[in-house]
Amino acid sequence: MSGDHHDHDHAGQEVPSATALRVKALESLLVEKGLVDPAAMDAIIDAYETRIGPRNGARVVARAWTDPAYKTRLLADASAAIAELGFLGSERAHMVAVENTATVHNLVVCTLCSCYPWPVLGLPPVWYKSSAYRSRAVIDPRGVLRDFGVTLNEGVSVRVWDSTAELRYLVVPQRPAGTEAMNEDALALLVTRDSMVGVALVAAP
Amino acid sequence: MNGVHDMGGMHGFGPVLPEANEPVFHAAWEGRVRALSVLMGAWRLWNIDAGRHSIERLPPADYLRMSYFEKWLEALVNRLLAAGLVTPEELASGRKADGAAVASPPVTADMVTDIIAARGSYRRDVPGKPRFAAGDRIRAKNIHPEGHTRLPRYVRGRLGVIERDHGAHVFPDSNARFAGEAPRFLYTVRFTARELWGNAGNAADAVSLDLWEDYLDPA
Repeated sequence: MSGDHHDHDHAGQEVPSATALRVKALESLLVEKGLVDPAAMDAIIDAYETRIGPRNGARVVARAWTDPAYKTRLLADASAAIAELGFLGSERAHMVAVENTATVHNLVVCTLCSCYPWPVLGLPPVWYKSSAYRSRAVIDPRGVLRDFGVTLNEGVSVRVWDSTAELRYLVVPQRPAGTEAMNEDALALLVTRDSMVGVALVAAP
Repeated sequence: MNGVHDMGGMHGFGPVLPEANEPVFHAAWEGRVRALSVLMGAWRLWNIDAGRHSIERLPPADYLRMSYFEKWLEALVNRLLAAGLVTPEELASGRKADGAAVASPPVTADMVTDIIAARGSYRRDVPGKPRFAAGDRIRAKNIHPEGHTRLPRYVRGRLGVIERDHGAHVFPDSNARFAGEAPRFLYTVRFTARELWGNAGNAADAVSLDLWEDYLDPA
């Protein structure tokens, strides 16, 4: 097997890595044996690349910022509140929403593997799955935040959520000052993936 | 198992390195591995806990060296072999063995939306009442199961407080070894950073984990 993490690109010509060739061979074998449908594979990849992603979570946060009753429902039963917005799979995904405030900052990790709330955030970024993040988020969350350029105000407690079961955590970041006149659609555009994992704050536009 | 996958609190892995404008997959093969894992899982010859355990059991040096999707690939191949879905000879040749049956895929493209949405519920109804309630003090057991467990080393033996009762959920320690779902009550448990890390922890901070009743003693 190869340690290559990406395919090399030489003057526009893709040279497949050893891993890419191994995957191709495995796929051909499984298709030949009738164990997988290649069209289903394409449909899955398309879903992850185009339909499931952090824009879903941003809609949830923007709704919570603008609709106090929705925020109350979200914090009490996130699975049901997220399902209200129609996001794929969220109804049964055991979601939990945790709210950042002036005194509490939340940060989500999975130290044992890479559990992540994919119905609202899509597939996790490489850093979330990295040994560096998984090891340090629980023992040095403020150091991890510094890696992301975040320094918390004095008096802010850090709450880390280690996703050790099938519950999946979504951080509801603080709404930035100066956005009072913005509507839900405009606010959703401000909400980043990283802010919903808890490694970033939402900046005012 | 006390494996390298149980990373909470380890030192030496360096800074976290975010990547600007990161793609969903960094190479086409990563998406193929992800899709193959979903579709081979649909044969229901293993479960999510057994899948995680197959990754944890990769040789430790390989686990640390490989990228995320390289680990997925290696563990998938191991699961396919263990389940008898492919033979070592077929993997070596890349061709179906002569005379081997041709199956019919359980998932077709039109079913993909439902399959992705069908991440099942892990909550189960069980008789009996939870032993703990919010506010109760507990101590995480100092146990070292050789099989799969979701009790990380860094909380074993530590004092915590029950934050929330989630009802009974499938118990990974049992499910991963195909010994049944054996649902147990599940709780969110809060530990102070000082309790976990001594003076290296900030007095204002805390870590919460979701832990099954079997992992906890009253304190």
